[in-house]
Amino acid sequence: MATTPVEPRSPEPKTNHIGLTVIDYKGGKTTLCAGCGHNAISERIIEAMYDMGVQPERVAKLSGIGCSSKSPAYFMNRSHSFNSVHGRMPSVATGAMLANRNLIALGVSGDGDTASIGIGQFVHLMRRNLPLIYIIEDNGVYGLTKGQFSATADLGSKLKSGVLNDLPPIDTCTLAIQLGATFVGRSFSGDKRQLSTMLKAAIAHHGTVMLDVVSPCVTFNDHEGSTKSYKYVKDHEETLQEMSFVPHFEEIDVEYDAGTTVSVTMHDGSHLQLRKLEENYDPTDRIAAMKRLSEAHDKGEVLTGVFYVNTKSPSFLDMLNMVDEPLATLPESLTRPGREALEAAMEELR
Amino acid sequence: MATTDVAPQGTGGQLGRKRIVNDMSIQVATVNGSGSQSSNTVLLRAIFQMGVPISGKNLFPSNIAGLPTWYTIRANKDGYIGRKKEIDFLVAMNAETAQDDVMSLAAGASVLYDQPLALDKLRDDLIFYSVPYDKIVATVCPEAKLRKLVKNMVYVGVVAQLLEIEMGEVEKAIRKQFAKKVKAATLNLGAAQAGFDYAKTNLQKRGAFYIERMDKTAGKIIIDGNSAAALGCMFAGCTVVTWYPITPSSSLVETMIDYMKDHRIGPDGKATFAIVQAEDELAAIGMVIGAGWAGARSMTATAGPGISLMSEFAGLAYYAEIPGVIWDIQRVGPSTGLPTRTSQGDILATAFLSHGDTKHVMLIPASAAECFSMASEAFNLAEQFQTLVFVMSDLDLGMNNWMSDPFEYPTTPIKRGKVLGKKDLEKLGGFSRYKDLDGDGVGYRTLPGTEHPAAAYFTRGSGHNDKSNYSERPDDYENNMERLNRKFESTRSFVPRPEIQKGDKAKIGIIAYGTSHWGIIESRDQLHNEYSIETDYLRLRAYPFTREVHEFIEQHERVYVVEQNRDAQMLSLLKLDLKPELMTRLRSIAHLDGLPLDARSVTDELSTMEGK
Repeated sequence: MATTPVEPRSPEPKTNHIGLTVIDYKGGKTTLCAGCGHNAISERIIEAMYDMGVQPERVAKLSGIGCSSKSPAYFMNRSHSFNSVHGRMPSVATGAMLANRNLIALGVSGDGDTASIGIGQFVHLMRRNLPLIYIIEDNGVYGLTKGQFSATADLGSKLKSGVLNDLPPIDTCTLAIQLGATFVGRSFSGDKRQLSTMLKAAIAHHGTVMLDVVSPCVTFNDHEGSTKSYKYVKDHEETLQEMSFVPHFEEIDVEYDAGTTVSVTMHDGSHLQLRKLEENYDPTDRIAAMKRLSEAHDKGEVLTGVFYVNTKSPSFLDMLNMVDEPLATLPESLTRPGREALEAAMEELR
Repeated sequence: MATTDVAPQGTGGQLGRKRIVNDMSIQVATVNGSGSQSSNTVLLRAIFQMGVPISGKNLFPSNIAGLPTWYTIRANKDGYIGRKKEIDFLVAMNAETAQDDVMSLAAGASVLYDQPLALDKLRDDLIFYSVPYDKIVATVCPEAKLRKLVKNMVYVGVVAQLLEIEMGEVEKAIRKQFAKKVKAATLNLGAAQAGFDYAKTNLQKRGAFYIERMDKTAGKIIIDGNSAAALGCMFAGCTVVTWYPITPSSSLVETMIDYMKDHRIGPDGKATFAIVQAEDELAAIGMVIGAGWAGARSMTATAGPGISLMSEFAGLAYYAEIPGVIWDIQRVGPSTGLPTRTSQGDILATAFLSHGDTKHVMLIPASAAECFSMASEAFNLAEQFQTLVFVMSDLDLGMNNWMSDPFEYPTTPIKRGKVLGKKDLEKLGGFSRYKDLDGDGVGYRTLPGTEHPAAAYFTRGSGHNDKSNYSERPDDYENNMERLNRKFESTRSFVPRPEIQKGDKAKIGIIAYGTSHWGIIESRDQLHNEYSIETDYLRLRAYPFTREVHEFIEQHERVYVVEQNRDAQMLSLLKLDLKPELMTRLRSIAHLDGLPLDARSVTDELSTMEGK
């Protein structure tokens, strides 16, 4: 088995705005294959968390089963992590957020873990708009079981053995937008700048963020005939926007042209600036987003960018109207009603 | 369908002679969705208010409206409130089942029927009373569309007159039932009174059964087990409830929602809880586990099919050592089995739910009061041992009406188990998640969000070492599994102990659990009175078994294990625990018709097995 350490960018003495170094965000040594797209995503997560000055202890990493779901062990060792059950990370993440609403939940899943075995929990997670960053490390195949198709594999894509995929793919982004996720985008593990920016915006968002990151499997799905190979994605990638991100703790120092750039003010006051590469694309228009995704599918494009942002919808936690402090650590005085409450209940039943 | 299988036998011989007081079962046969529940509750409460011990059992189909349903009230001066096999007084309101219902009665029983049904020609060994409900109801309910709902209240008045239930108590019960609806209360009072008056003028009492005022219910409450569990969980400090609707567990969570809204929302309008209806049972338990991992007191309620779906996650929780409480309101088999009938059929599957060497703690309540008290025990055990705890109730307990002493406020504080906080970590510098420092097999955990650089650990199944680092080393795996076993063994000293009723001469022991209890206490008296068979009795309240269970079996030559499933599931679990020479002492009495266990069935079978 090949091992490639996921090292944060060259160790710098620099600290972020909460005084931590990038080393404070590092994880264990990866056990994934050398060149695996997932390792690049882990690096981007480390960068984004560092740049945003997220306290690692506030982050809960959650994953299902598969190569993707192992990767939380390879970044942010100072964050709690739960490698749970195949296809059912959404429910575990939901429970964790109910228990402690102050956590920053980061879910890492794969295409099989999400679109095949996990489609049931995935769609219901999207409906709830639970504050959570949900990343699909999407390579179109099962890696840990040695290269079977998953449900995001494109029609006609070919396995190493020559087997052709004869079923249409599930587009997780379209589903997410349709069902109620409030920040939906697609990126590519090989596009450092775009992925980093999207992740930072994801951290600034309060609601369900669904990022489908095409992340080639160098061992089982990077050959000629695959539509999830490095080469195929590079050749077919269409980018919707050129994006930049200004975190809430920094001044905006570059003016933007309102005609060509959409600036989205995130929940924490950060700004996501999307310079349109396609005229008239409005990332706050759900229906347009689904239409554009459908066109991309028909044209065989690997469309990337932020497809949809909605900073207005209440999150699931807002709707539950819970106390501000985590339910997990409420004292007995708040969770066990007094004797008079029991006496009143008994009296009603006499 | 008949709900009893008692064949007609002999003649009653009680016509107008004997007077049987405060000892009867009344069965009301109606149609699902006809509003009969209010009438039945009023009848039940009126008898209860007269100081007579009662229970009320609803036998209903898996249907919202239109199918037959039976409600059985047991009134018994000696406090036997389990199901009685024989029906003494039938209120036949359902044309569809009336003939079967009448044919299944024992001789001497009374039948009150709707006049058009003309049931009195069916048998000559029963006492028949005929009532023209439609005529009576028309006089008291001018609005034709309401008559169907009020009709049932007429029989309450008739029954009250025939059994000598005080109308003052009927009125009190009606006012309680319709507390917030004055108009409905008035209408129903009129209907009950009209029934009473009709009976007084037109019916001649011939049966032997009477209700007389006594004093055995003062201060007591009437509640179903699911409501008791809901209250118990609220007072247990539960903070996260996730669930998927399934009969017979849904009412547990629905009642809990009401109680939590009343008592767990602060003056600022903010809730100290989250209750989430999940998309299925897989998600419900996933959320329980996520919440338990992050430190909440989390629970779900389900029934057998839900338990099956929760199997995989139950294994993860066992190995990853996550607390959570799961209420299994047991019922018969698959969703297209008899989902509205009671059973104790999930015992064995739940004990070992999931893959690999899993085993789970189960608490087994027999009464509403135990549904309440075991809620606190379940949460404390779950957090103390960082494991799932299953509370094995059943439909008979969960959905039927039980008389109970008022619940006692929990005396044990909420115990959160071995959780290290920021200050602990500052002192210790770090910790090993799965290291057994105290010899009980339980490690120390931290919660996500704990503000210390050494707080985090990586949670996964069994592939880890003491420090929760990934490991596939054989010795790490084996050590972990042995420690998990030690942990399970440790729970034996903390789970609820069995309740034992023992003399000093019986050679025969009875072991039972859950709602079987109510049949057993009555059956033991029958065995003593009718067959001179002396028995001792141990009621199991938890798995794993405690020391007392082994001792009890050692002290008796023969031990009958009575349970409501076909395959003697608890007996099988006992065999796994017992010394080989004791196994042969166990005998099974299985009850599996979907009806609550009755004393007579146990008495008949046990006495036969004893050669009597």
